[in-house]
Amino acid sequence: MDHFARLGLPAALDLEPASLDRAYFALQRQWHPDRFVAKPAAERARASAEAAALNDAYRTLKDPLSRAVYLAELKGVEMPGDGKTIDDPELLMEAMEAREELHDAGSTQAVDALAAKVRADMKASLSGLGSLFLAGDKPAIRKALLRLRYLDKFAEEARARRMNLERSTA
Amino acid sequence: MTLLEIHEPGETPLPHAGEGSLAVGIDLGTTNSVVAIAREGKPAALHDETGKAMVPSVVAYPSSGGVLVGDEARLLMPQEPRNVVASVKRLMGRGAADLHAVAGVLPYEIEPGSGETDMVKLRIAGKARSPVEISAEILKALRKRAEEALDKPVERAVITVPAYFDDAARTATRDAARVAGLEVLRLVNEPTAAALAYGLDKGSEGLYAVYDLGGGTFDFSLLRLEKGVFQVLATGGDTALGGDDFDRAIAERMLAERKKDGLDDQVDEAAVKAALALARHMKEQLSDRDQTSGRLELSGVPSFHALTRAEFDAMIASYIKRTVDIARHVLGDADMTAAEVQGVVLVGGSTRVPLVRAEVAKMLGKAPLTDIDPDEVVALGAALQAEALTGGGDTLLLDVTPLSLGLETMGGIVEKVVPRNTPIPVQLAQDFTTYQDGQTAMVIHVVQGEREMVADCRSLARFELLGIPPMTAGAARIRVSFAVDADGLLTVSAEERTTGVQQRIEVKPSYGLSHDDMADMLYDSLENAEADMTARLLTEAKVEARRSLLALDAALAKDGALLDGSERAELDQGRARLEAAMAGEARDEINAAAEALETLSKPFAERRMDRGIREALAGKSVNELESRVGE
Repeated sequence: MDHFARLGLPAALDLEPASLDRAYFALQRQWHPDRFVAKPAAERARASAEAAALNDAYRTLKDPLSRAVYLAELKGVEMPGDGKTIDDPELLMEAMEAREELHDAGSTQAVDALAAKVRADMKASLSGLGSLFLAGDKPAIRKALLRLRYLDKFAEEARARRMNLERSTA
Repeated sequence: MTLLEIHEPGETPLPHAGEGSLAVGIDLGTTNSVVAIAREGKPAALHDETGKAMVPSVVAYPSSGGVLVGDEARLLMPQEPRNVVASVKRLMGRGAADLHAVAGVLPYEIEPGSGETDMVKLRIAGKARSPVEISAEILKALRKRAEEALDKPVERAVITVPAYFDDAARTATRDAARVAGLEVLRLVNEPTAAALAYGLDKGSEGLYAVYDLGGGTFDFSLLRLEKGVFQVLATGGDTALGGDDFDRAIAERMLAERKKDGLDDQVDEAAVKAALALARHMKEQLSDRDQTSGRLELSGVPSFHALTRAEFDAMIASYIKRTVDIARHVLGDADMTAAEVQGVVLVGGSTRVPLVRAEVAKMLGKAPLTDIDPDEVVALGAALQAEALTGGGDTLLLDVTPLSLGLETMGGIVEKVVPRNTPIPVQLAQDFTTYQDGQTAMVIHVVQGEREMVADCRSLARFELLGIPPMTAGAARIRVSFAVDADGLLTVSAEERTTGVQQRIEVKPSYGLSHDDMADMLYDSLENAEADMTARLLTEAKVEARRSLLALDAALAKDGALLDGSERAELDQGRARLEAAMAGEARDEINAAAEALETLSKPFAERRMDRGIREALAGKSVNELESRVGE
C-alpha cells in the first residue's frame, strides 16, 4: 500500500495540510500502541507496525518536497537514493557559488537575506512542479526535484551558519 | 558483542499484572520524585503524613545497615556524606566515558562498568552499586507510599523521562522499575506529561511550548494540540543542565570567599555537600526576595555569605542563555517562530528562579503559564496517562524521537537512518552494500546523536553481520532496519536480501543491566528486605518464567523442525514442569525449573543460532570487515 492510500488520500502533489492531519490523527486514534496496552502480544505487535507505517506515511507526505519526490518515484521517476548526489553540471556550479556566498556572509542579516532568497526560489519551483507532473515530463521532474533537494539542503546549512554567527556574536 | 541481546523479532512480551492493581504516574526526578494517581480524569499527587508530595531523590545506605530514601536519607548527609547519593539520575545509562559531563557533581568513588554493561557504578558503603539499583530504591519508596495511600497493591506505572534521554538512559529507567517490581506501562516524556496535566486539550488548540528546567536536566518541547491529540512537533534539551548547576555556582563562590578570607578548608565531600545544601537554600530564598545571606560552618569554623538577586542572576545567566539557545533551535526544527506559540508551560522547580521566568517571557513574548505546581505537574500528567492506558481515554499522545539514530559508514561518518523529531513508533530501513569483492561480513555500528562523525555521537551497539554470500562489491543488499517503539526504545535488525538467502539478527542495545547485576540486585534486596519482598520476588520470578516460556514457544513455532522427536519431548516435559512450578508459590522451585528449562533448551538455542548467525558471534577480526553506504 502506498503512503497516499494508507491515509486514504488521493495521490496528488497538492495536499491540504489540514486534511492530511485529519486523516492521520483519525487512523492513529485507531492504531496507536497506547490503545493496545492491555491487548495480547500479537495485537500489540500489529498495532505497533500499523502505527509505524502511518508515521512513515505522514512524515513523507507532510513536507511538500518529500511528498513531491515520493510521488515522482511512484510515477517512475528515478531519483538518486542518497539525497546528496548532484549529477547536473549546471546545478553543481550554482551550488558551489551559493555555498561560497554563504561562507562569505558575515552577519545574521546577510545569511537571512540568502535564506529568504532560497525560500522564495523553493516556493516558486514547488509551484512549478504541478505543470511538469501534468505533462508527465520525467527528465524535467527529476531535474527540478534535484534542484529543490539542493535548495532544501542549502536552507538547512544557512540555518546552521546563522546559529553559529548568533553564538559567536552573543 | 556482549552488549547485545538477541530476541525474537517483534517479541518482547510484558505479561500483564493483575487487573485489580492500580496504575500510578511517577515523575522520577533528578532532585525530587513524585507519585500521583488519576481517577476519572482527576489527577492528584500522593502525599506523606505531613502533606508533602515531593520525595527527595536521595538514597542513603547507612553504616548501621538498611536503605533510606527521601528526607530521611537527606538527614543522614551531614553525618555520613559518603553513604548518601543524590542526583543519581544524571548517571542513568552513563558509561565512564560520559562522566566528564557530571564530574565534580558527585563526590563518590566511581567505577567504570565491567562485563556485560558499560554503565558506571558508585562505590558506597563498601559496595559497588549501579545507578539502576539506586533509582530502584527511590521507585520502591514511591510504590510503598502509593500502596499505603491507596491501600491497594500498585504494580503498574507510567514513568516520565526527560525527552532528551537517550536509549541507554531509557533502558536503565525501565530496568530500575523492574527491580522495584513495577511494570512500566509506558515511558512518557516529561514535557508531554506536563502538557497533558494542563489539559491543554480542553478547549485550547494550537501551538504550545513546554520549558522544563529541573535539577539536572533541561527539555524544551513544542506541541500542537488539536481535539484531544497531543502532537509533539520537536524537542531538544541538555541532559546535564539544571538547578544543580545554580547551587554549584553559589557553593563555589562561598568556598572561594572563605579561601580569600584566609580560611584553610579541607574541601572534602562533607564540605562540598554542606556548601551545596546552603547554596540551595539561598537560591530558593532569592526566588521571592532581593537578597539573602547564609552561614556556612566547615570543621567548626563559621563564615557568613551575602548574595543579592543581581549577583545570582549574573552567575547563572550563561546557563539560562544556553536554554534559550536550545529553545530557539527547537523552534527552528519545527519551522515555527516564537510569535506562533500560544502559550508556554513551565515545569521543574528551577523555573521558580525569577530570571528563568523573565528570560522565557522575553524569548516567547508572553507570560508563562504557572497555575499548576511546577514540581507536581509532570507526575500529574503521568497519572493521567496511566489512567488513559489502563481505563481507556480519549487523549492521544503522538511523540517523537529526540535524537537522530544512524549507522557508522566508511571513514567514521554517520549515516542517519531515523532523523530526530520523527514520530514514534517508527520503523525505517536503509540498504547498504559491500565494499570489497567477495566480502562476506559487515560491521554494523549503531549510534545516536546529531553530529556527523561517529566519534562525536553516542555509541549504542555494534554487531557484525557475517555469512553474506561472496559476490562483487556493491552487489549485496544489506537492509538495516531501525525500529523505535512507543517508549522510545530502539531495536536494530540487519538482513541480507540477495540470492534468496535471508538472515536476520535482532539487536537490542543493552546498556542497562547485565543479567548478573540483575541477579545480584535481587539477591541483595532479599537480604535487606522486609516481609513483602518475598511476594514481590515471587511475582518477579513468575513474570520472568512467563517471559521465557513465551520466548520458547515463539522459537518452537518458528524453528521446531530443528529438533527430533525425543528432544522435543524432553523440552515439552521441562516446559510442563515450569508451568507446574508457576502454579505454586515457591519461588525457588520456579527459578530451578526455569533454569532447568534454560539448560534443556540451550542446544536448541545454539542450533538456531547456527542457522546463519553463529559466525556472526564468533568474533572475527574487525580489520577484515568493511562496510559502506550503497552509492
